[in-house]
Amino acid sequence: MAENTLRVVEDLRPPDRPARRHLIGIGDLDRAAAGRILDTAAALARSLEREVKKLPTLRGRLVVNLFYESSTRTLSSFDLAAKRLSADTMALRSSGSSVDKGESLKDTALTLAAYDPDVIVIRHPHIGAADLVARATNAHVVNAGDGKHQHPTQALLDLYTIRDALGRLEGVHVAIVGDVLHSRVARSLLEALTLVGARSTLVGPPTLIPRGIEALGCETSTSIDAIADADVVYVLRMQHERMLPGAAFVPSLREYSALWGVTPERVRPGQIVMHPGPMNRGVEIDPRVADAPQALVTQQVRFGLVVRMAVLYDLLATGPVRVAEVEPMEVA
Amino acid sequence: MTDVLFCRNGAADDLVIEDLRVLDPAEGLDLVATIRVERGRIAAIEPGRGTGRAGLVLAPAFVDPHVHVRTPGREDEETIATATAAAAAGGYCAIVAPPNTDPVVDSASVLASLVERAREEALVPIGFMAAISKGLRGEELTEMADLAAAGAAAFSDDGKPVASAGLMQRALQYSAVAGRILTLHCEETSLSRDGQMHEGPVSAELGFAGWPGIAEAAMVERDLLLARYENRPLHLMHLSAKESVEALRHALSLGVAVTAEVSPHHLCRTDELVRSLDANAKMNPPLGGEDDRQALLEALRDGTISCIATDHAPHALHEKEAPFEEAPFGVTGLETAFAALYTTLVEPGALPLGTLLERMSTGPARAFSLPVPRIAVGERANLVLLDLEAEWTVTADGFRSRSTNSWLLGERLHGRVVRTVADGREVYSL
Repeated sequence: MAENTLRVVEDLRPPDRPARRHLIGIGDLDRAAAGRILDTAAALARSLEREVKKLPTLRGRLVVNLFYESSTRTLSSFDLAAKRLSADTMALRSSGSSVDKGESLKDTALTLAAYDPDVIVIRHPHIGAADLVARATNAHVVNAGDGKHQHPTQALLDLYTIRDALGRLEGVHVAIVGDVLHSRVARSLLEALTLVGARSTLVGPPTLIPRGIEALGCETSTSIDAIADADVVYVLRMQHERMLPGAAFVPSLREYSALWGVTPERVRPGQIVMHPGPMNRGVEIDPRVADAPQALVTQQVRFGLVVRMAVLYDLLATGPVRVAEVEPMEVA
Repeated sequence: MTDVLFCRNGAADDLVIEDLRVLDPAEGLDLVATIRVERGRIAAIEPGRGTGRAGLVLAPAFVDPHVHVRTPGREDEETIATATAAAAAGGYCAIVAPPNTDPVVDSASVLASLVERAREEALVPIGFMAAISKGLRGEELTEMADLAAAGAAAFSDDGKPVASAGLMQRALQYSAVAGRILTLHCEETSLSRDGQMHEGPVSAELGFAGWPGIAEAAMVERDLLLARYENRPLHLMHLSAKESVEALRHALSLGVAVTAEVSPHHLCRTDELVRSLDANAKMNPPLGGEDDRQALLEALRDGTISCIATDHAPHALHEKEAPFEEAPFGVTGLETAFAALYTTLVEPGALPLGTLLERMSTGPARAFSLPVPRIAVGERANLVLLDLEAEWTVTADGFRSRSTNSWLLGERLHGRVVRTVADGREVYSL
């Protein structure tokens, strides 16, 4: 399909766009910006229903994926998102690169900056890595996860998934279950839910609920019963390291599963179940729940692609969204 | 007592400082005067004319009992020459360095080499602490009497706590033989764990591993219990938590001979500063909450805490330009201490100027049994001239320290050290 047969659906570009912006945390967005990205994602989703799925929007742009942690879904999602928008992409992983030789993050960023990338997408085990890259380069920086801090595109795709399933975000009640203490997904999602007027409850062992987290506007509970009246049960990954000697956050995975595992008996009909992946079936989530129709785990992955396309578009696009002749999607 | 402060030799100065407001809170002095210094000693204090010169105040120079000089081992970060030059620019006439260097100052030979270097390089008098335990390993005591005879100013395992209560008890007992104060870094490491910042709402939000205030207070309580039992004096370094202040107040009320210090950054900032994710907001102990800051300030005002110490901790630029969790703990402070405290606490009325001057000079000198800087006829001249109306911006290229890891970079400050006289010699003039 040629570009000139597309029509402008809606000009969703941010008004008065400053020259350079980043998406490092949900704090970089206001409610309008979050809504704009979700709307753009909805418009872009239409383009993926066509036979030829590529849009010319970011032709000639360079998106660098700089990944210091192993990642399947986030890296492939960003890579494909950039390709679907016709951007050039380049992936750099910490293993097998100069990072292995002890190069500092600043120097790696400066080296990449020499190629004038438009966007650097970074995942790093340490908090603040994305900020550091933003300070060291002239690229737009998208944080694909920095330690236990933020993972904003995950939170946006989660909002998109909830809105797609329930038709709204305002007033939705989300229970986030599990290891909140070590979860950047939980931190970003919590902020994002507050931003759009949703309600959140954190549920998990007292040792894994961060002291003072209520200041972010959530409720906390140590009882799995607290998920009963939630519209969405958002299950976090429980990592084996948490039981190691010296950590002692929980005595065993067996006891964790017994007290906080999301099982069919604990989920009621009509509740949505989500998980950022990768899942530990039988630990934080019962396989019967993971495979039930109410579990939207694969939708989250699918929507991750259009949301990341929307984020790149929002940072870079110079023209309005053009998609095939379709009805504009209803936006909340 | 053996000499514990060392400095390079030089001729003492003759100086005349005319018609200035002279403020020495410990001496009860606040008048306009002309000070005559002859061969390094205050020869006369004569009544001056008028109301002094606008904004200028002459006070006893400062004493900093906690300055990491990184020598030996990390001379790329600081040397005795650069640390004492920075001290001079900060208004200090004496500083004391902890022993957590490489090698550790745990033998008379390492200490002797430092004393020798200080006699060649030090612009202002400097003292050296020796370790409580060999290699700071917390297992065996150092030869404290030998180290004291070689010139150790105090004993400390700073950077680490003395983890074993039993060894701490022995150290307290034996310190009577050495005749020097034990100065303690209080941290229960099974509570601070891998903490990166103060545990509270900000750490919960940012995702950093939290370091609770009670990690410090638990060790403060233990050490005060031991000091009381052994009836020995003790000095607590860089207090940061409200719970530690409570423990200190209680111990003082019971008559324990304990002194304590607080750092400018803990008095001026809170864990909110960590939101910048800048590694220059990372220090050990970490910046506390506003309730901690208020408790420290109240204790400083009422004298429960009698010393301000910078815990000046230089680090190489490339080490601090890393992600927060990878970066080392510590910030510099010698050259900004007075202005930061004046701007943040004195100007808004939270701390009287006289109290600040006393806690930066007399308080630390007394706690460490060092000569107390006094503005009195016959005393060695240890003087700082302050311009309270000066405004300046902290910049990386403005430091005499070899390192620039300040939590104040880019900040606009009020009040400035314009001249320093240390041990009878002018060592700094802006």
